[in-house]
Amino acid sequence: MKELSLNILDIAQNSIKANAAHVKITLTRQGSWLTIEIVDDGTGMSPAFAAAAANPFTTTRTTRKVGMGLPLFKLAAEQTGGTFTIESHQAVYEGDAHGTTVTATFNTAHVDCEPLGDITETIITLIQGNPDLSLTYAYQTEAGEQRLSTDEMREILGEEVPLNSPDVLAWAREFLNGEE
Amino acid sequence: MKSLQELAEIRERSKSKVALREGHNEIRIVVGMATCGIAAGARPVLSAMVEQVEKQGLSEKATVSQTGCIGICRLEPIVEVFEVGKEKVTYVKMTPEKAKQIVSEHIKGGKPVYEYTIGEK
Repeated sequence: MKELSLNILDIAQNSIKANAAHVKITLTRQGSWLTIEIVDDGTGMSPAFAAAAANPFTTTRTTRKVGMGLPLFKLAAEQTGGTFTIESHQAVYEGDAHGTTVTATFNTAHVDCEPLGDITETIITLIQGNPDLSLTYAYQTEAGEQRLSTDEMREILGEEVPLNSPDVLAWAREFLNGEE
Repeated sequence: MKSLQELAEIRERSKSKVALREGHNEIRIVVGMATCGIAAGARPVLSAMVEQVEKQGLSEKATVSQTGCIGICRLEPIVEVFEVGKEKVTYVKMTPEKAKQIVSEHIKGGKPVYEYTIGEK
């Protein structure tokens, strides 16, 4: 991937495919370190599948036997000297907590660190394709936090206006880009 | 800085539009957004499609949606156009520029841009 924001889009698509109702994407900058965390409440993976998920030859794909999403994200983190972890739970009984958390850390000062790229477009793409998803996005830096919650947007918009209507997407894009 | 309260204005404005939006949406534009598509540049293709459909006033006629891997990853980004009563058209190696042309010539004008489809070189 050319940008970490594209990896984030790709990993979040896994959450959506796992039928997540809630997805939370958090970026935290501390000095030269960037932590990216993607938390969902999807179906989760079995312990064996989760352990092997960052291997390209483990996949849920039906089109071919190789899945590159998690391996590429892991590689992107580790080539900067960063870390990559997956934590996943499946529900055994109805009502059990389930879902997956993918966390990766990046040393942004490392020469092999991909740029974050256009994170706004990643969030817009997720809203456009999944207007009913509960998506929380937070970007924390030493200067403060930027946050967008589709639940809060929906509360104001009501039932009649879908989150992927052009006016709403335009608003979200400007909001995230910090435009007047 | 944009505020959440501006969404309330959008809500008010769209109240008048909703009645008209009985939309027929007879055309479905589907963009492949699996790892292969994303890596090949599907995100800007999708946003160009969404933008052009809106800009060219085709929101009632066409919807833009996302799907997983279509199965021919080396030709990504791929866009499929489904139209009621017509054969599916598959565009390959898409770019935002091609997307703009396809929206005006195919979605608006009704003539597929064959040079960008899978059958052509």
